[in-house]
Amino acid sequence: MMIEAKNINFYYGNFHALKGINIAIPANTVTALIGPSGCGKSTFLRLFNRMNDTIENAKLTGECLVNGQNIYDKTVQVDALRKNVGMVFQKPNPFPKSIYENVAYGLKVNGVSDKKYIAERVEQSLVAAALWDEVKDKLHQSAFALSGGQQQRLCIARALAISPSVLLMDEPASALDPISTSKIEELIHGLKEKYTIVIVTHNMQQAARVSDKTGFFMYGELIEYSDTKKMFLNPENIQTQNYITGRFG
Amino acid sequence: MFSKNIQQKIAFHIFRLLSFSILGVLVWILGFIIYNGIQVINWEFITAFPKEGMTEGGIFPAIIGTIYLVIGSMMFAVPLGIMSAIYISEYASNQKWVKFIRIMTNNLASIPSIVFGLFGMALFVHTFGFGDSILAGSLTLGILIIPLVIRTTEEALKAVPESYRLGSIALGATKFQTIKNVVFPIAFPNIMTGIILSVGRVSGETAPILFTVAAYFLPKLPQSIFDQAMALPYHLYVIATSGTDIEASKPIAYGTAFVLISIVLIINLLAGWIRRYFEKQNPK
Ligand SMILES: Nc1ncnc2c1ncn2[C@@H]1O[C@H](COP(=O)(O)OP(=O)(O)O)[C@@H](O)[C@H]1O
Ligand SMILES: [Mg+2]
Repeated sequence: MMIEAKNINFYYGNFHALKGINIAIPANTVTALIGPSGCGKSTFLRLFNRMNDTIENAKLTGECLVNGQNIYDKTVQVDALRKNVGMVFQKPNPFPKSIYENVAYGLKVNGVSDKKYIAERVEQSLVAAALWDEVKDKLHQSAFALSGGQQQRLCIARALAISPSVLLMDEPASALDPISTSKIEELIHGLKEKYTIVIVTHNMQQAARVSDKTGFFMYGELIEYSDTKKMFLNPENIQTQNYITGRFG
Repeated sequence: MFSKNIQQKIAFHIFRLLSFSILGVLVWILGFIIYNGIQVINWEFITAFPKEGMTEGGIFPAIIGTIYLVIGSMMFAVPLGIMSAIYISEYASNQKWVKFIRIMTNNLASIPSIVFGLFGMALFVHTFGFGDSILAGSLTLGILIIPLVIRTTEEALKAVPESYRLGSIALGATKFQTIKNVVFPIAFPNIMTGIILSVGRVSGETAPILFTVAAYFLPKLPQSIFDQAMALPYHLYVIATSGTDIEASKPIAYGTAFVLISIVLIINLLAGWIRRYFEKQNPK
């Protein structure tokens, strides 16, 4: 199993945001997390690259494992973990730097200084993010000159450049138009050969299109987790069924 | 009574009158200084020493002294102020402590500048034994503007969207790398503006240098940071109030005021220009 959660409870102060979550996500799959807004999907996702660490008064119990290792163990270095577990955010957030510098950034902060290697990785990552053909002639122009969809693919390239094994995506297409969205979905499809992907989405069709497995969250609980096909055709839980058929949320 | 529309018209005219009268005062002051000052401005005035008991000649040593004080105080206040601001807004986790520091900085900013002069004299001139010197004056002016540098830097850092920090951290960057490579460059134009405005402040202050560095008249330029210096605002004060022949040195006083105002004006224009330049480099 690539990603495992064992009896996770998470609190924002007194607010119990995640309640007894258990999940095991196999490698090289796409898992979609769905559920009404505020149910804890983003909170859950952020546990796996420890982006919740800086939140004051937050408390976590249980175990989060990536590749068999408890990532909250004292011996784990957070920056090394984040190099292995990349994240793409809801709103494209390229840095105010050139396209090239955006992709090279993760390598540089992780101590890579070989210029030739960086140039190779930049190209490979942009190819992998299906952006290379659109930007290869303007690598040194500002990333802000790109469209929203291109910016999001740039952020994906930026995450891929440091060769993570897991990619967390928090509603990566929710700020994009339909054409850009379908490009991102296509991209996700291709990426699972090399990466384990967990994607939060509020869009059920999207979940059905891109994922192998789907987890349904409600009120901080993981109600159901199973193969996407089964989840959408024949959910076990009545709450899942109601949500999927639109009788809830 | 008046109808709503008439009330609104009256209010509008009053506001307009007030804003025009403020503009009027500003134009009047500037016009007065420029009209009186420009008559004595020439190459000699800017490059020569005062002559004939400061009733003739130029103000060169005062210009140089002010430049030295600006450079000296900035070398002290800018790194210190920026580092404090980075600590306060990016690192400090104890919010009570941060609030306390912020209140103290604001208090510091509202202390009358003559008090800084007195403090600078006690600490730098006497306790540290720097004497009346560029060093003591620069440190005193530096302390005066540190709150301004801290506040503008803090605001500049706060204006950087959180999403950039998260983006950088998520790529395995440390907090320091994030600040150095992402946050600071984005905040830089605004920080720069704050710094330049404090240059304007430093070049115009008289009280802090009164007891710490300023000389009535020096026959030669300062040779080291332990020498006294002349400075534009103090020079203006001297020739307007206690020169050898106040009436005769009046044109020189206006000329000095003109130079001082020009410097501050140029600095402000520079601030705007630098800001626009960097904004073009890093579109938001
Ligand atoms: N930093 C935070 N501090 C306090 N409460 C938070 C914080 N972030 C999220 N929450 C709360 O936790 C719950 C789950 O939020 P989130 O994980 O963002 O939900 P989702 O992504 O499913 O919409 C919500 O009720 C939200 O208000
Ligand atoms: Mg969310």
